[in-house]
Amino acid sequence: MTRGSFATFTPPALVLAIAALLVAGNVALPPSSPLHVSIFVISLAGKYLSYAMLALALDLVWGYAGILSLGHAAFFALGGYAMGMYLMREIGTRGVYGNATLPDFMVFLNWTELPWYWHGFHHFAFAALMALVVPGSLALVFGFLAFRSRVSGVYLSIITQALTFALMLAFFRNNMGFGGNNGLTDFKDIIGYPLQADGTRDGLLLATALLLSLAFLCARFVVTSRLGKILVAVRDAESRTRFLGYRPESYKLFVFVLSAIIAGTGGALYVPQVGIINPGEFSPANSIEAVIWVAVGGRGTLAGAMLGAVLVNLGKTYFTSALPEFWLYALGALFILTTLFLPQGLIRMFARKPAVARPEIPSAKERPA
Amino acid sequence: MRFALLLLGLVLLPVLARAGEPTDAFSAFSSGDYDAMAAAVTELAVSGDPRAGAVITALQAGRLYANAAGQLLIREADGSFRDIASGKPATVDEDDVRKIRMNNAVRRAADAAQGGLRLFAADPATRRLAAAALFKSHDPASLPALSRALAKEQDPSVRALMAEAEAAAMVMSADAPEAKKLAAIAIIRARGDLDASALLASIPNPTPAVAAAAHDGVVAIQRVLQLWDVLESVFYGLSLGSVLLLAAIGLAITFGVMGVINMAHGEMVMIGAYVTFVVQDVIRSEAPSLFGASVLIAAPLAFAVAGVIGIAIERSLIRFLYGRPLETLLATWGLSLVLQQAVRSIFGPTNREVGTPSWMSGAVPLGGLTITLNRLTIIAFAILVFAALMALLRYTALGLKMRAVTQNRAMAAAMGIRTPWIDALTFGLGSGIAGMAGVALSQIDNVSPNLGQSYIIDSFMVVVFGGVGNLWGTALGALLLGVVNKFLEPVAGAVLGKIAVLVLVILFIQRRPRGLFPLKGRAAEA
Repeated sequence: MTRGSFATFTPPALVLAIAALLVAGNVALPPSSPLHVSIFVISLAGKYLSYAMLALALDLVWGYAGILSLGHAAFFALGGYAMGMYLMREIGTRGVYGNATLPDFMVFLNWTELPWYWHGFHHFAFAALMALVVPGSLALVFGFLAFRSRVSGVYLSIITQALTFALMLAFFRNNMGFGGNNGLTDFKDIIGYPLQADGTRDGLLLATALLLSLAFLCARFVVTSRLGKILVAVRDAESRTRFLGYRPESYKLFVFVLSAIIAGTGGALYVPQVGIINPGEFSPANSIEAVIWVAVGGRGTLAGAMLGAVLVNLGKTYFTSALPEFWLYALGALFILTTLFLPQGLIRMFARKPAVARPEIPSAKERPA
Repeated sequence: MRFALLLLGLVLLPVLARAGEPTDAFSAFSSGDYDAMAAAVTELAVSGDPRAGAVITALQAGRLYANAAGQLLIREADGSFRDIASGKPATVDEDDVRKIRMNNAVRRAADAAQGGLRLFAADPATRRLAAAALFKSHDPASLPALSRALAKEQDPSVRALMAEAEAAAMVMSADAPEAKKLAAIAIIRARGDLDASALLASIPNPTPAVAAAAHDGVVAIQRVLQLWDVLESVFYGLSLGSVLLLAAIGLAITFGVMGVINMAHGEMVMIGAYVTFVVQDVIRSEAPSLFGASVLIAAPLAFAVAGVIGIAIERSLIRFLYGRPLETLLATWGLSLVLQQAVRSIFGPTNREVGTPSWMSGAVPLGGLTITLNRLTIIAFAILVFAALMALLRYTALGLKMRAVTQNRAMAAAMGIRTPWIDALTFGLGSGIAGMAGVALSQIDNVSPNLGQSYIIDSFMVVVFGGVGNLWGTALGALLLGVVNKFLEPVAGAVLGKIAVLVLVILFIQRRPRGLFPLKGRAAEA
C-alpha cells in the first residue's frame, strides 16, 4: 500500500470501525456488561462526527485554499435547519396543538397557513436535498461576490463573520418562520423511525460515520487532484498563480461551495441526534470554535481536522460537566498555545514530514511594511 | 347672538358665583335632572367655591349623597357622612340618603370641571398640567374656565399653554365665530406638534375658510415634524456612531496601523467598563461626595489599566505572531475567552450596576428634539478622544515614530527607532482607548462579561468600511454606519435594520475591498 492510499483510506476506515464498535457495544452487549455502550455515548459520538464533518469542510477551505472562514457554522446551521424543518413536519398531529400542517410555533403565533418556503419539507428527500442546496447556494453567491472582487485574508474572515452574525439575528426573529429564539425542537421521528429509540440512534451514528467517510474521500479526492495542487498554489501565492494564467477565484469558489455542502450535510446529521436546532448555532463564536478544532488537529490535513473536532469536543464535554468554570480558560488557552507552539497541529506530531510547508519568508512578506 | 350670550355669561358668572350661586348649584345635584346637573358641575367649577373640588371629586367617585331635604353629603372613606354646606360631620341613617348618580353628560362635565378646577391651583406646575390636559381633551365646555384662568394667570409659560388649550376648545366648539376659530387655528399651528396636527385634522363642521386654514396648518406642522424626525434620527445616529467610533478607534490603530487582528479588543472595552464599576464602588464606600466625578476619574484609570494590559498582551503574545494575521486572530480570540472568564470569576456573571452622575442624566428639549445628556456627553467624549488621538499622532515624538513604523518599518528601524517598543506602545494606546470606550459604554449599556462581544463585529465592520489604516475613514465610517442604522430602524425594525447594515457593508466591501479610503502606494501592499 502506498503512502497516498494509506492516508486516503485509513481515516475513513478508522471512523467506520469506531462507529461500528460503539454500535456493536450498544446492541450486542447487555446493559450489565462493563463494556456496554450507553445510548448517551452513541448520541454523543454521532454529535462529534457531525462536528468532524464541519471541521473537515473548514479544513478544505482554510487548509487548502487559505480562506479562513469565520462563518462556516452558518452553513452547518442552514443544513441543520433544513433537516429540522423536515423533522417538524414529520411531527404532524402529534404536536401540542395537533395541527396536521402547521408546526406548533406557527399555531402559537396565530399563523394560518404554511409559509411558501416550508412547502416540500414533508418529503425527506427534498429536505435532504435542501440541506445541500441551501448552504451551497449561499456559498455560491457569497463566494462569487467576495472572490470576484478579490476580498481575501482577514477581510474575508471578518465579512464571513458578519454573514453568520446577520443570519443569527435574522433567525432570532419570530416572523422569519423558523421558530425564533426557540428554534425547532420536539422532534418525534425520522422517516418513520422514532428518534428516541436506540435502534434509530445507532442507525444515525452509522449513517453519520458513513457520510463523514464519503465526505472525507471526496475532499481527499479534490485535494490530491490537479485542482488541489492549484488550490495550494492559490493559498501560498495567489498573485503568482494568477500570473501563471489560472483564475484563482474559480478554484476558490468551487472549493468554498463544496465545503459549504459538506458543512450542511454535517448540520443535517447533527440535528436529529441532538434533537434541537436554534439560532445560537449561527453565533460567530461557534464558527471560531470550529476553526480551533482544525488548528488543534492540524490544518491542511483533513484527517487532522476530524481528529481535532472529536478531541476538542471530548474535552468540552468533560470540562463543561466536571469543571464548568474551567472550560473557557481551557478553550482560550488551547487557542493561544496551539497557535504559539503547535502551529502544525496534533496530527503532525505523528507524521514524518509536514504536509503543509510553512511559507518560506512569512515575516518579510506579510508583516506590515 | 349666542356668542354674545356666552360672553355675557362669562362676565356674569364670577359675579353670580360671588353672589352665593353655588347653593343653587348644589340643589341641582339632588334634582335628578341630568342636564341641570351637568350645568351645575360646570358652573361650580368656575365659581371658585372652595368646596367645589371636594364635591366634584366625590361625585366622580360615587361618594356624593343627598337626603330627602336636598342637603348634599359626602360619604368619607370610613363610612361616616359630612354635610357639605356646613362642612361638619353629620349623623345620617344610610337608608335616608340616596347616592347621586351620573349619566355620560354629567361625567364628561365632571371630568372637564376637574381639569378646570386645577387651572386655578396655587402651584404653577399643577396649572401647567391642567392646561396641557385640557388641550388634550379640547372640550368646548372648558372654555369659560379657561378664559377666567387666562385672565388671572401671571406665569407666561402657563399662559401660553392655557391659550393653546383655549384655542383647542375654541376650534372644537360648534358655535364659536369664524374669526375666533381662525385665530385659534393659528395658535394651534404655532404649537406645531403631533397633537396639534391631529386636532387640526379633526375640526367638526368647518366653514371653507376654517377648513383651508386647518389644512394649511396640518401640512405645515407635518413638514416641521418630518424635519424634526430627520434631525432626531441624525442625532441618534450620531450618538450610535460615536459609540461605534469609540469602540472602533482603538481597533483602527491595532488593526489598521499595525495590521494586528485583535479579537480581544472587545474585552479591553469590557475591562474599561469594569474599571468604572470598581471606581464607583470605591467612591460609594469611601467618598460619596465625589460620585459626580466618578466617570472623569474612571476614564484615565481605564486608559491606564487597559493600556498596561494591552502592552502585556503585545509583549507576551502578539509579538510572536507578527506576519501571521490569521494566527493572531485565533490567539487573541482565545485570549478574549480567558479574559471574559476571568472577569466572570472575579465579578460574577450577572450585570453590574454602574450609576450615571447627575450631570449626565436627564434630557434637554431642543425644539422638537429631546437630547439625552448622557448621549450628548458620549458624542462630545468621542470627538475629544478622536481629536486627542489625531493630535498625538501628528504632534508628538511618539506619534511621529508610530507613523514612521507604519509607513516603512525597515527604514524606521534603520533610523534608530526601536520598532518593537513602538509596536508595544501602539498596541497599548489602542487598548487604552478601548478602555476609555468602556467607560462611555458603561453609561448606556449593561456592564457584563459579554459587553465586548457585542461590539467586536460592529467595530471590525467600521474599520473595514472606513478603510484600514485611515483614522479619518474610521471616524466617517462609524458616523455613517450609525446614521444609516438609525434611518433604517424605523423602516425595517431594529433587528432587520442591523442585518441590512451588515449586508450593505458586505456588499460595499465587494465594491471597494479596501474600504472607503484605501491606503495607496506601498503601505497598501502590506
